[in-house]
Amino acid sequence: MTTHDQTTTRQGWMGLLARAKPARLAALFPNLPPHDLLRSPEIGAVMVRGRTGATGAPFNLGEMTVTRCVLKLATGEVGHAHVQGRDKAHAARAAVLDALLAGPAAEDIRTCVLLPLQAEETAQRGARAAKAAATRVEFFTLVRGEDQ
Amino acid sequence: MYVAVKGGERAIDAAHAWLAEERRGDRTVAALSIDQIREQLALAVNRVMVEGSLYDPDLAALAIKQARGDLIEAIFLIRAYRTTLPRFGASNPVKTAEMAVVRRISATFKDLPGGQVLGPTFDYTHRLLDFALMAEGEAPIGLAEQGAAALGTLDPVPHVTEFLNRDGLIETEAPSDGTPPDLTREPMELPAARPLRLQALTRGDEGFVLSLAYSTQRGYGRTHAFVGELRIGSVAVEMEIPELGFAVEIGEIELTECESVNQFKGSKTEPPQFTRGYGLVFGQTERKAIAMSLVDRALRWKELGEDFTGAPAQDEEFVLMHADNVQATGFLEHIKLPHYVDFQSELELIRRLRSEAMAAITTTQEAAE
Repeated sequence: MTTHDQTTTRQGWMGLLARAKPARLAALFPNLPPHDLLRSPEIGAVMVRGRTGATGAPFNLGEMTVTRCVLKLATGEVGHAHVQGRDKAHAARAAVLDALLAGPAAEDIRTCVLLPLQAEETAQRGARAAKAAATRVEFFTLVRGEDQ
Repeated sequence: MYVAVKGGERAIDAAHAWLAEERRGDRTVAALSIDQIREQLALAVNRVMVEGSLYDPDLAALAIKQARGDLIEAIFLIRAYRTTLPRFGASNPVKTAEMAVVRRISATFKDLPGGQVLGPTFDYTHRLLDFALMAEGEAPIGLAEQGAAALGTLDPVPHVTEFLNRDGLIETEAPSDGTPPDLTREPMELPAARPLRLQALTRGDEGFVLSLAYSTQRGYGRTHAFVGELRIGSVAVEMEIPELGFAVEIGEIELTECESVNQFKGSKTEPPQFTRGYGLVFGQTERKAIAMSLVDRALRWKELGEDFTGAPAQDEEFVLMHADNVQATGFLEHIKLPHYVDFQSELELIRRLRSEAMAAITTTQEAAE
């Protein structure tokens, strides 16, 4: 696997862990292995940007709450997390999983945590998209008297 | 002039205790939970996030509860909380073209790629009170799922302006990756570039922005706006993490985006073409997004070589300096706080003026006799 592929894969799981509901993540992976906090879970804000007319110059839309954490497992792997919201346990858990996914436990974590999260997210997005699709409408313009 | 006022501590404590009691209301009625507010008053939560300029539905719901439903007070609470947070950085600009839409409509094109998707809308409702909600009946669920099962999924939904662009009929946005100005960090300077105007408008008071937009429709700075496209849905928020050396998704937020399409006669350098106004706000907040796009377009008169007709919506200083309801309410409501020393001097002045005026009248009357 190239470095680029590794980065893409890591981006994938970091995003998935950030989007996960904290309670669901805790249920899937309740007990954290021993670790040292390099940066204790910290709550802060990130300024979200948009673009003028969707494609033009960036502008500041407003902030969102984010919690970040960096830690090191007893086995040496370092994990990072930036997760939406103010849940410190969520950030710590996501950082632990990020570190574990770089080590020998990766396959187990993938099976026990990532795959269920991915499946649930896909199902939930699919359900929402399907509901939206059910409200798709065809508008007709009627021929007016003077046009006939 | 403000002078410290002493005293009244006991009265203030009692007032706050009573406020807490009134907030709770009748104790025989169940208390509202933050979850209930977030889930069932979602549009109020959205407004507080938009104007509080902080995307966090739980905090917005808490602010609404604490403010007893006074949304401007709730927005004030969110703004105050926001200032306590360290800023980790800025996201990459969100890609609204990749939005997972729940609603997407165009008033200008009937048949458009991706289709017209109504989503969970108040449009086409009869605006009749639904007494079933009062009888504590649950809304019928399952209908949306039934329809969903029948109709499958959505195709990709490209922006409407993209296909107008192909024929050169609408202005293009010059792409740029400049760092936008941030009015939460530096005081707003006028004239403001469009990115700064958009920041001020998106966090501006919904009522104020709505009224200004309405004024342009009634003729005060008319721009003949159509809703080219209105879309609501989720987008990923991505941020570069310097210590990692790449960008990661830090979460997902719901946004409402409105692109208005407006007439333009053309200028010395530009052929006649449609021009654009832009609105982008947190959450499902479509009235605000549409209003924002109209006001954005009205404020662009100078760069498009249009006439300044003196309309309020064209007046950048008027719009930007009065759009913020926290600033407005702060200045408005401060006049109810103790101004005794100010008022004392006014009182003395008016007494002196009156006695001089009275003396003058008496002298005139005496002279006449």
